[in-house]
Amino acid sequence: MTLVSGWGRFPVVDSDVLRPRSFEAVGEAVARVTGSVARGNGRAYGDAAIGAVRTIGMTGFDRVRSFDPATGRLRLEAGVLLSDLIDTFGPRGFLPFVVPGTRFVSVGGAIAADVHGKNHHCEGGFGRYVDSILLRTGQSETIEASREQNSDAFFATVGGMGLTGVILEATMRLRPVETGWIRERVISASDLDAAMRALEASDSATYSVAWIDCAARGRDLGRSLIYLGEHAGRDELAEGAAAFPAGKDPGLAVPVDLPSMTLNRYSIRAFNELYYRMGARRAGGNHVVSLYPYFFPLDSLSGWNRIYGRRGFLQHQCVIPEAGARAVLGEILDRVARRGDASFLAVLKKLGQGDGILSFPLPGYTLALDFPVKGDILNFLDEIDRLVVAAGGRLYLAKDARQSRATFEAGYPALSRFKAIRKSLDPAGAIRSKLSQRLFDEV
Amino acid sequence: MTSRKTVLVLGGSSDIGRAAARAFAKAGYDVGLAGRDVAALEPDAADLRARSNVEVGLHKFDVLDTASFDSFVSGLPALPDVVISIVGLLGVQQNAESDLAHATTIMRSNYEGPSLILGLFAEKFLGRGTGTIVGVSSVAGDRGRASNYVYGSAKAGFSAFLSGLRARASRGGVHVVTVKPGFVRTKMTEGMKLIGPLTVEAPVVGDAILRAVESKTDVVYVSGKWRLVMLIIKTLPEAVFKKLKF
Repeated sequence: MTLVSGWGRFPVVDSDVLRPRSFEAVGEAVARVTGSVARGNGRAYGDAAIGAVRTIGMTGFDRVRSFDPATGRLRLEAGVLLSDLIDTFGPRGFLPFVVPGTRFVSVGGAIAADVHGKNHHCEGGFGRYVDSILLRTGQSETIEASREQNSDAFFATVGGMGLTGVILEATMRLRPVETGWIRERVISASDLDAAMRALEASDSATYSVAWIDCAARGRDLGRSLIYLGEHAGRDELAEGAAAFPAGKDPGLAVPVDLPSMTLNRYSIRAFNELYYRMGARRAGGNHVVSLYPYFFPLDSLSGWNRIYGRRGFLQHQCVIPEAGARAVLGEILDRVARRGDASFLAVLKKLGQGDGILSFPLPGYTLALDFPVKGDILNFLDEIDRLVVAAGGRLYLAKDARQSRATFEAGYPALSRFKAIRKSLDPAGAIRSKLSQRLFDEV
Repeated sequence: MTSRKTVLVLGGSSDIGRAAARAFAKAGYDVGLAGRDVAALEPDAADLRARSNVEVGLHKFDVLDTASFDSFVSGLPALPDVVISIVGLLGVQQNAESDLAHATTIMRSNYEGPSLILGLFAEKFLGRGTGTIVGVSSVAGDRGRASNYVYGSAKAGFSAFLSGLRARASRGGVHVVTVKPGFVRTKMTEGMKLIGPLTVEAPVVGDAILRAVESKTDVVYVSGKWRLVMLIIKTLPEAVFKKLKF
């Protein structure tokens, strides 16, 4: 048994970790015990990628099967990381349609969480660009699932948190791009209303995201910087610039767990103040920036999860339907600002309709906040959850480590349909994660 | 169209072999993958073709079958520009202490076979007047340790062979690179306790090999930290060293 945790380093639990080398070995690993789940690169924050008994590490499956440069269609093993796809196919003029805030996630994980990027409001989630999936189910069948074939399994697997079986391979489409650069425009918003108006007005922008200063209070509440982005064409680059920017390995690393003292209301306030002012100075004009800092601002600091100290941290990411969003987001931000220990920047963005049965997105606003694990944080987040549920919102499973069954059930009304499909694929319940045990498996 | 450079990877199905092949393919080399089980190399060949649009050839090669080396080299469609030996076997030290057959296999897999095959390529390269030879050895060869000296001594022999070959071949326009990866997270080290800050992933080694070939480096410690660690280990007096448990 090995101690395993997600990226948030909470909770830390015992699980038997296997790294099979063949698809047959994956099948055997699943068949031999009750309670396995696949794990990609371990970037889910909580307990989603930890098996109830056994965790199946998939990053060894990192082969591309085939690529069609005419269409950008790609068949690949599920352990390929998005960073690998970007580095390999970016210089050839193709990028993933959807990337989350880190590129160090596997394709299988991106499908299982149906990850969203800064373009969800207009282009949807990762699963929308997946045409088919090779799935090893809990009853040791290997099936191909697509929108046409085994479509229930397909839509349950997209966003299904690995609970329909182990994703072995996928066929997906890449986006043709002229360059690896993004034309960025920064808008500064002095409060939450201005931020939401700016996001609303930018609905047609391909990429949009707001970084909120969650230490700001009173009339500054919700002040933020909105980053809009479009893929830059060749003619927009400076003369002599390479069409594809060099992707650097994370240079700076956080070598040790910082003592929890480092993060306090003063240091956080100072950081946020500085960040806001520096960003506001860039507001207005267009800048052409490399895709790496644009999409993956935190990847340049490897091991940033250690900033939160040994006890780890929790991310709270909710989505609130558009109608009630303003009031609830204001209330949440106010409580967080008064509390004083939410860390660094919060992220606010608009989402569109999700595709998978358990996909997180719904049309509305999503807010993501980090909190170090300490004090009464669990009670505090339970209170925030009540606001989310009352507004018809839900929490993102890839980030979750602590929501209650009631919160989950209220947020995901399609759960019973998901469960029925899962049952048909896996009648004996071989596939189980710590997350599924916590949130919906029968005990 | 100018003809592309070619690299031949011996031990192409290993994690480091796959990573090296990817790095060279990305840099535009056509790739030959050699291993015992050619069918098992097919998915890796498809991977390289899909990623980089280069030519990939597969060749049967068994490092223990030294009698076949001559025909292996002469049977290649063309002499490559770069040949990389990643072949090796960690084995189980405890078994090797009493099982002579196992000890022999470790010694032959890490020293005899790789040295003989690279020596053969060196002759061909010297005849042509160009070429690069890469041997993946190990920091374990820098000093014999109680916990793995059968493997370590074979790697020490391989490192010495490469060092001597380099001295001789450099006069004939042929460059020899010795790579000492340190801890790498691979099939070979699975289940072993690796020290996090000293451990690298296979792609880091693959990129380091490409860089070493292109910049004509002689000896590469993939993580710079290892150079320091091994310097300390190498200079410890034997009286102290023998009391250390590692």
